[in-house]
Amino acid sequence: MALTLKGVTKRVGNAVHIHPTDLTFETGSFNILLGSTLAGKTTLMQLMAGLERPLEGEVWFDGKNVTGMPVQKRNVSMVYQQFINYPNMTVFENIASPLRVARAPEVTIRERVCTMAELLRLTPMLDRLPGALSGGQQQRTAIARALVKDADLVLLDEPLANLDFKLREELRDELPRLFADRNCIVVYATTEPTEALLFGGNTATLFEGSVTQFGPTRQIYRKPNSLLSAEVFSDPPINVMACEKKGDHFEDADGARWTAKGTAAGLSDGPYTLAIRPHFVTPAATGADPVPVSGRVLVTELSGSESIIHFARGGQTWVSQSHGIHAFEVGSEAHLHADFSQALYFAPDGSFAAAGATQS
Amino acid sequence: MNANKAAGRVVPTLYIIFLLLPIYWLVNMSFKTTNEILGSFTLYPQEFTLDNYITIFTDPTWYMGYVNSIAYVTLNTAISVAVALPAAYAFSRYRFIGDKHLFFWLLTNRMAPPAVFALPFFQLYSAVGLFDTHIAVALAHTLFNIPLAVWILEGFMSGVPRELDETAYVDGHGFWSFFLKIFVPTIAAGIGVAAFFCFMFSWVELLLAKTLTAVDAKPIAATMTKTASSSGYELGLLAAAGTLTIIPGAFVIYFVRNYIAKGFALGRV
Repeated sequence: MALTLKGVTKRVGNAVHIHPTDLTFETGSFNILLGSTLAGKTTLMQLMAGLERPLEGEVWFDGKNVTGMPVQKRNVSMVYQQFINYPNMTVFENIASPLRVARAPEVTIRERVCTMAELLRLTPMLDRLPGALSGGQQQRTAIARALVKDADLVLLDEPLANLDFKLREELRDELPRLFADRNCIVVYATTEPTEALLFGGNTATLFEGSVTQFGPTRQIYRKPNSLLSAEVFSDPPINVMACEKKGDHFEDADGARWTAKGTAAGLSDGPYTLAIRPHFVTPAATGADPVPVSGRVLVTELSGSESIIHFARGGQTWVSQSHGIHAFEVGSEAHLHADFSQALYFAPDGSFAAAGATQS
Repeated sequence: MNANKAAGRVVPTLYIIFLLLPIYWLVNMSFKTTNEILGSFTLYPQEFTLDNYITIFTDPTWYMGYVNSIAYVTLNTAISVAVALPAAYAFSRYRFIGDKHLFFWLLTNRMAPPAVFALPFFQLYSAVGLFDTHIAVALAHTLFNIPLAVWILEGFMSGVPRELDETAYVDGHGFWSFFLKIFVPTIAAGIGVAAFFCFMFSWVELLLAKTLTAVDAKPIAATMTKTASSSGYELGLLAAAGTLTIIPGAFVIYFVRNYIAKGFALGRV
């Protein structure tokens, strides 16, 4: 079994929501749609579920063309960012809802709802109305409803985004466990690269209605196929600078030079864009190839365990993320080091060109 | 500080007395004989009497007025809400050409005074044999109540996230199953508020109700004006009838008072 999108598109009026998209998700896989708000995550999910009909292209499931098949006839379930429950029904009835519609026998309903409630720690709340529950319990009810029927396709649309930090961590740990022994396709939309990395599985990076890359999550993180994918898959934002390869070294507009190492050494001369993740830009010189970078400090965020420093460098805002507390005066000149062995090089058209020494 | 506190109590107290005075006077009169009302100024009934109420509850020309009013008001409320529900759903969930204009145009129906429609309705209903029936008044009032109900319900429906609809579809509900089993209970408060305003308008509207009825469906307000002219001033009886007219409204408002606040919050009441 697999879910395949073949060149699906979606437009509303003149606004393109989804550019032609091809994707295949295998059964038993955990797939992440990663992209910022309005990147098209929800629309893509609606197309997968059959809540929306693609303008062009086809949706195939289990070897059958299901384009245009109404969502009621597909075996899917969905959880939204907002806590969506039926406010007039008890938690029990909320969870039982898909089974009731499917006319399952009362005994089965009772048994499965109780199992789900046990799994999601909702047993004491079964007789309450959703409005009387905390946000985390409401969302767990929604998740229980999504899991109570053995859906072939489970769509989770930023289910943890509206929860407070502690609950989010808790549910984030629970989720993979819930799907571990299920034979379904899970699609999980998120705006947070960290969340994608924690879940693993496969990731599709989305940018303005296009899938820029799809593959195993860690592989995409390590080796984005384009600057766009790298930007989508980076939080804080990845640092970029224009540079030019001249023989065995690179040079930027300010005249700074560094030796080309790793696969970057094999690049032909010409202009490139260097991208480096914030945690490789640190106050201390670390890594295999530290190169000094400096700029005027714009903002500092000190969380106690780590320091995030935003600084202006060559017309761009750069971000440094490092362990411990590194206090920098806002407006002063910060002298930091970037480990260019971890740098990624992209060609002028945005496509991946080479990686620094350690990356390759 | 204390002066402030005292003023904080005195002002609302005076205001409430001011508001309740006419109602008190009406109730006060209803327990008096007409002679006492006309003869002397008394703050409470000197010769307490229930005769006025007994007359109303035993004389069919009186109590049928209430029955008629309640009949067409109930009919009207049921029709208005039943028609407004799907209309409001369409306005809240779908975008179609001219939807906003249509929505506004619906409301402009309420801007015309009912008197404008009295003559056409009278002529039309006489021609098709609907004159002096409950349904005639009920239908005439829908002209004003459906736009109002659509407006109120649309506000409540738009407050329900579209994802609720989708979740129901994903669960396997068809449209009608979702609409009746899930959506309608979810916006029950809005339906209550809409029904209340339909009830209220239809209950107090006199001109159309009077014009479109003669005997069989004559509303209570019409009965009251006729009695006053035929047998002199039976003020006690009129006051009792007036008191009884207030009761259904007070009764209904008691049940929807919490929801109306919600309607105000949505800016739709």
